[in-house]
Amino acid sequence: MARITLQNLRHSYLPNPSGPDDYALKEIDHVWEDGGAYALLGPSGCGKSTLLNIISGLLVPSEGKILFDDRDMTALPPDKRNIAQVFQFPVIYDTMSVYDNLAFPLRNRGRDEKIVRERVTAIAEMLEVTSMLDTRAANLSPDNKQKISMGRGLVRNDVNVVMFDEPLTVIDPHLKWKLRSKLKELHQRVNATMIYVTHDQTEALTFADQVVVMDLGVIVQIGTPVELFERPAHTFVGHFIGSPGMNILPCEVRDGGAFFRGQPVTLEGPITKIGTRAEIGVRPEFVSLADSGIEAVVRKASDIGRHNVVEVMVGDTRIAAVTEGDRPAKGDTVHLQFRPDQTRLYADGWLATEARG
Amino acid sequence: MKTVNQKAWFFVLPVLVLVAFNALIPIMTVVNYSVQETFGDNLFFWQGLDWFQQILQSDRFHAALGRQFLFTGLILAIEIPLGIIIALSMPRKGFWVPVCLVTMALPMLIPWNVVGSMWNIFTLPDIGLLGYFLNHTLGIPYDMTQNPVAAWITVIVMDVWHWTSLVVLLCYAGLVSIPDAYYQAAKIDGASNWSVFRYIQLPKMKTVLTIAVLLRFMDSFNIYTEPFTLTGGGPGNSTTLLSIDLVKIALGQFDLGPAAAMSLIYFAITLLVSWVFYTLMTKNDNT
Amino acid sequence: MTIQLNAVTKQVGAVTHIKPTTLTLKAGHFNVLLGETGAGKTSLIKLMAGLDPAASGTITFDGQDVTRLSPQKRNISLVHQFFVNYPHMTVFDNIASPLKIAGMAKSEIAGRVEEAAKLLQLTPMLHRRPQELSGGQQQRTALARAIAKESRAVFLDEPLANLDYKLREELRDQLPDILAGRGAVVVYATSEPEEALLLGGTTALMHDGAVAQFGPTAEIYRNPQNLTAARVFSDPPINVSQIEKRGTTAHLGAITWQLTGDAATLSDGTYTVAIHPNNILPYRSDTATVPLRGQVQVTELTGSESSAHFDVGGINWVSLAQGVHPYEIGEMHQFFMDPSRCRYFAADGALVA
Repeated sequence: MARITLQNLRHSYLPNPSGPDDYALKEIDHVWEDGGAYALLGPSGCGKSTLLNIISGLLVPSEGKILFDDRDMTALPPDKRNIAQVFQFPVIYDTMSVYDNLAFPLRNRGRDEKIVRERVTAIAEMLEVTSMLDTRAANLSPDNKQKISMGRGLVRNDVNVVMFDEPLTVIDPHLKWKLRSKLKELHQRVNATMIYVTHDQTEALTFADQVVVMDLGVIVQIGTPVELFERPAHTFVGHFIGSPGMNILPCEVRDGGAFFRGQPVTLEGPITKIGTRAEIGVRPEFVSLADSGIEAVVRKASDIGRHNVVEVMVGDTRIAAVTEGDRPAKGDTVHLQFRPDQTRLYADGWLATEARG
Repeated sequence: MKTVNQKAWFFVLPVLVLVAFNALIPIMTVVNYSVQETFGDNLFFWQGLDWFQQILQSDRFHAALGRQFLFTGLILAIEIPLGIIIALSMPRKGFWVPVCLVTMALPMLIPWNVVGSMWNIFTLPDIGLLGYFLNHTLGIPYDMTQNPVAAWITVIVMDVWHWTSLVVLLCYAGLVSIPDAYYQAAKIDGASNWSVFRYIQLPKMKTVLTIAVLLRFMDSFNIYTEPFTLTGGGPGNSTTLLSIDLVKIALGQFDLGPAAAMSLIYFAITLLVSWVFYTLMTKNDNT
Repeated sequence: MTIQLNAVTKQVGAVTHIKPTTLTLKAGHFNVLLGETGAGKTSLIKLMAGLDPAASGTITFDGQDVTRLSPQKRNISLVHQFFVNYPHMTVFDNIASPLKIAGMAKSEIAGRVEEAAKLLQLTPMLHRRPQELSGGQQQRTALARAIAKESRAVFLDEPLANLDYKLREELRDQLPDILAGRGAVVVYATSEPEEALLLGGTTALMHDGAVAQFGPTAEIYRNPQNLTAARVFSDPPINVSQIEKRGTTAHLGAITWQLTGDAATLSDGTYTVAIHPNNILPYRSDTATVPLRGQVQVTELTGSESSAHFDVGGINWVSLAQGVHPYEIGEMHQFFMDPSRCRYFAADGALVA
């Protein structure tokens, strides 16, 4: 168990990086607190796998340091770091039984066979694979194989961190939620630091207490699921989390207020920053169709069972709204209202309003 | 009504014809010879299973068969582990990969009779590079035309030189198909190099190894050209393997009946042992 | 264009993959096949595409019997879950390949390819090779090939399953626009109920090699005709329990509510009730009025919605609500159910009210 500190971390896959664009990771400073459940969320190519490999020691960063508590780990190989990792595709030792698979990391470290039995039995119990302990691992279904991979990560009680690299990729959609919630439960029971890397918001938000959102090699926001949903610090977070994502509307800022196509829009509170580019951010859930307000033309109105998703055009800006009840028809003219306490201003992509106390 | 299934037979037909010409008709000819006695002039007399009985009881056949198993056993015992070791030590990425692969493939490109002649000249005590070096520089008496042990060693070394590459290439193909995640997981699990080999590499190589063992068994069990050009079966009968003996009987003595019976027995043994190998090596796949 | 299946079956050895299926799929909107892995979606697509022979029954395209025709002669396109492109060809040649095989004139090929590429935003990549593209672009290339071909039917077998979440959302949003009005029958297989709802059109709910229900997507989501259909079309899983009807009251253990409409007129007895998770909310609303107090077992946040599995007297319930609701696992929480959304089923699984 340890606190993990990343100091001024940068990494480039090129031998002689010249500009910031050559870096897969640009300047990462972050502390993973001991025992936390973290998710590292971002689209493919955002640098999350690079960061993961640096923490596990499979990759040495071009610049910066990585500390476990106060020990510098930057140059140590994976087996010296005392970590565990679960990969995208289940890694199973085919010729061994499930029991031997789970016991493998302990036996390699010369643990007493009695302790091995204790730990393996306990972990098997938690993962609900006790009945499979004697079967050959090669014959399991993909989700059970992945459970065993997870089990090998969790079986040692002295690891500094357990890392999950998109572990549910090969799992059938109908079984995913079971494993997702299983992992959450496991974190509460084993209490180790866990970092879960994924591009799937459901997996990240469900698992983590703290979600680290990355884009283009930079950490864009760190926060609880509620913070990320309600007050995205960056338009990228607003767009990436939630489906449909946040509406981002180009606007004009003058006289301390925001104007969308000439009409004033009430924001959650005072503007704190002014940049070269100003945008209003409001989630579709907080856009409603009303008798008055911004005039828009319906582009598409879908009944998705639980509610409607109405897409309207205001000039060439597309806005999505989640509504209940009757749907407007395509081509109808409607009026939009934004809920003021959920309408924010972004300057150059970053949050630029303050909520009224 | 025409159905898709019926049409499929047309596609299979050429293969059936080919197999008939290629395998069935020659084998039937051999079967025909094996139950008859011939004196030339197309005179044939029915012999029944006499030839088979005679071959199976002959000491000469037993000796040749023994030599054949010894040869194949030694070949497999050397080439398979050696091939695995070389494959393991080859680079996985970069400039040296094609260099290694081409170097490995070279011996296999040389025609078999050339390989035999090459090694024959190479090992001659007076003018061969190796023969001269052993006899005159190191002072080790070595002459495979006189000494059966020397002849055996030469035949084995030649085959190892010629065919280990096949095992290497097959194993290498198996190795490169293992995803990196396996090695990374093993590192993190704290596995030793031996464990990585035993629990990751060997199981993942199993399929190709099965093919390698089968191919090397069949090839070495039926080998003829190379040892014949190298030693001609001598000194004495010491390196007379089954195939060499068979040719002696068929063409040297022109005993077509016994030769035909012998080749059928030979064929049956090859088939049987291949089947045993295959069953043993794939036995654990579905349990 | 219309695809008509008449009592089609598929048999592999002794195993039945598709039970007798009769279905009419029309052009102009998406035809979604929804079901778990192994429900028979891919088998059905393979039958329609001609990749597998039907054991019995007939398949017609616009009245023409194609049951015995090879895939080449059916003029169809198929896009897989895995990105299937020719690695040695440029994007242009990949999209053009079926047209070249058909012997189309070069000038016409160029026109068609450019149009398809424009629809799928591939124009700048036309001269690259597939391995230089991202996963999303590779799948766009496969889709463009299907579009350029102007086939009579386009089969999409979980085409977005291997893409990143946001890319999937984007492409799913665009696909109906791109494929609508091209005259081809579009069949889209998915295992995710959410995806079916977002694509709209009509949906065939598949379970165990048979169609449990077929109809307009949102319509059959709200009104399942049988318990199987209700179960297939719900993620998180639909709430299913036994109730005892006495008079106009439903009794579920200690929980009771008043029955209205058709449900009130049923004869007294035991019924199965099913209610979608989105009709059980973590707060009281105008319609969600029946209190359920339970211990939270599992929670999930999908970004815009939160679900909670909770336990009331040994029965597991699921709630799904908009927004992010942070529940504590193990806490007691008060939920409210909307009884007007309950559907009642008889012992054989058929809808009764």
